[in-house]
Amino acid sequence: MTDLFSKFDPLIEQRRALLSTGLTDPFNLVMEKVLSPTEAVCNGKPTILLGTYNYMGMTFDPDVIEAGKQALDDFGSGTTGSRVLNGTYAGHRLVEDALKEFYAMDHAMVFSTGYQANLGIISTIAGKGDYIVLDIDSHASIWDGCKLGDAEVVPFKHNDIEAMDKRLGRIPEGAGKLVILEGVYSMLGDIAPLKEMIAVAKKHGAMVLVDEAHSMGFIGPNGRGVAEDQGCLEDVDFVIGTFSKSVGTVGGFCVSNHPKFEIMRLVCRPYVFTASLPPSVVHTAATSIRKLMHAGNKRAHLWENSKILHKGLRDAGFKLGTETPQSAIIAVIMPDLERGAMMWEALLHEGLYVNLARPPATPANMTLLRCSLCAEHTSEQVQTIIEMFKRAGNAVGILD
Amino acid sequence: MDRAATAAKIAELIAPFNKKGVELTDASTFAGDLEFDSLTVMDFVAEIEDAFDIIISMNAQAEIENYGQLIDAVVKLQG
Ligand SMILES: Cc1ncc(COP(=O)(O)O)c(C=O)c1O
Repeated sequence: MTDLFSKFDPLIEQRRALLSTGLTDPFNLVMEKVLSPTEAVCNGKPTILLGTYNYMGMTFDPDVIEAGKQALDDFGSGTTGSRVLNGTYAGHRLVEDALKEFYAMDHAMVFSTGYQANLGIISTIAGKGDYIVLDIDSHASIWDGCKLGDAEVVPFKHNDIEAMDKRLGRIPEGAGKLVILEGVYSMLGDIAPLKEMIAVAKKHGAMVLVDEAHSMGFIGPNGRGVAEDQGCLEDVDFVIGTFSKSVGTVGGFCVSNHPKFEIMRLVCRPYVFTASLPPSVVHTAATSIRKLMHAGNKRAHLWENSKILHKGLRDAGFKLGTETPQSAIIAVIMPDLERGAMMWEALLHEGLYVNLARPPATPANMTLLRCSLCAEHTSEQVQTIIEMFKRAGNAVGILD
Repeated sequence: MDRAATAAKIAELIAPFNKKGVELTDASTFAGDLEFDSLTVMDFVAEIEDAFDIIISMNAQAEIENYGQLIDAVVKLQG
């Protein structure tokens, strides 16, 4: 039968072939119990979590949990409304104030997810006749934001300053320009040379949006991200972030110093035409963000974990996404999807969960086992993880 | 550059991407005949952009399915 679903046939067939070998479906795992930020029970088995983006381990922080419980009691389970109607509660203001303080910026706008923050801000600020110049490896939410707006979309090769410079130079006189970059690219865990790239963008008179989803709370002296670390945060016009990683709940945001920023609340459709976050979520987020301001020791331990795991896997003979550890993401490059899925399953049997990432989400059609570390992983857990990788790698024949 | 000169230059630029040596006509499609995947498209577009000092935005790329349309688009984009 041919219908609108026929276009999915190749993917359905690829999945069928993969699962017919008896492999566990890597995209259908259930966490039956979650014991801590670093441990869960999967298929009845205690499992170390190494693919959660729960970088700062805030999900079980007692103050964070308490704030959420209190908000449930005081404000109920949900807002049942848009931010611009009945959906702005005290907690939404609290979390926006926490963000302004965290980033030392004038404005903060909270969305229901990071995906929607990108979708909303990008599609609203870059319209017909404007140009968006963006890194080809940008996150799906950035691409979808470009698609939702009417701007001309011009990608350039990943982290290639010269390619970006050339494209900006070819934009017609007078057109509005927006450059979109990420601090940490989540597939390989590499960072962008933001200082140089932003300088080039500014030379061409472009506004700059940086998605710091994977660096917030961890990178930079105050955890403000890669732009802070490289000393160029004041040249970033819009920082996009999420609560679904270091903050440990759900939600997204944009912070900015633009004097007219507040008008976004009225014109940004993915902000207006959807319900706001539940009170418990915004209160947990506000508490978590305030704790992340003073998390220097945790940041140091997370760096230590990242460096040890990177070295351990490299010494074991795995091919990694970056030469040096640049973030809390360590991507292990698999030879192909089949062996990637086998390795993923072998690790799960060892009691380790990592992310399996495959095309088209990955650059250069790679299959990756993406590991993201947590500040709550103990040094012993990191050693255990390295041993698990070695055993699984030998069993699957990836190490030789 | 007129259409003939533009076509000649594009023919030169596409050669290394035409791995199977497909005979090119204006009707040859990139996805079908040339079997370009998204990575190849990206590299090829970048080559063309740099060679002609133009921008072929994603919006413009969406309208270009075959070889003849590419030549027409590049002629037009050179202004
Ligand atoms: C770079 C980047 N931006 C945005 C998002 C979206 O965040 P959220 O999970 O809050 O929708 C993610 C995560 O999925 C991401 O990796």
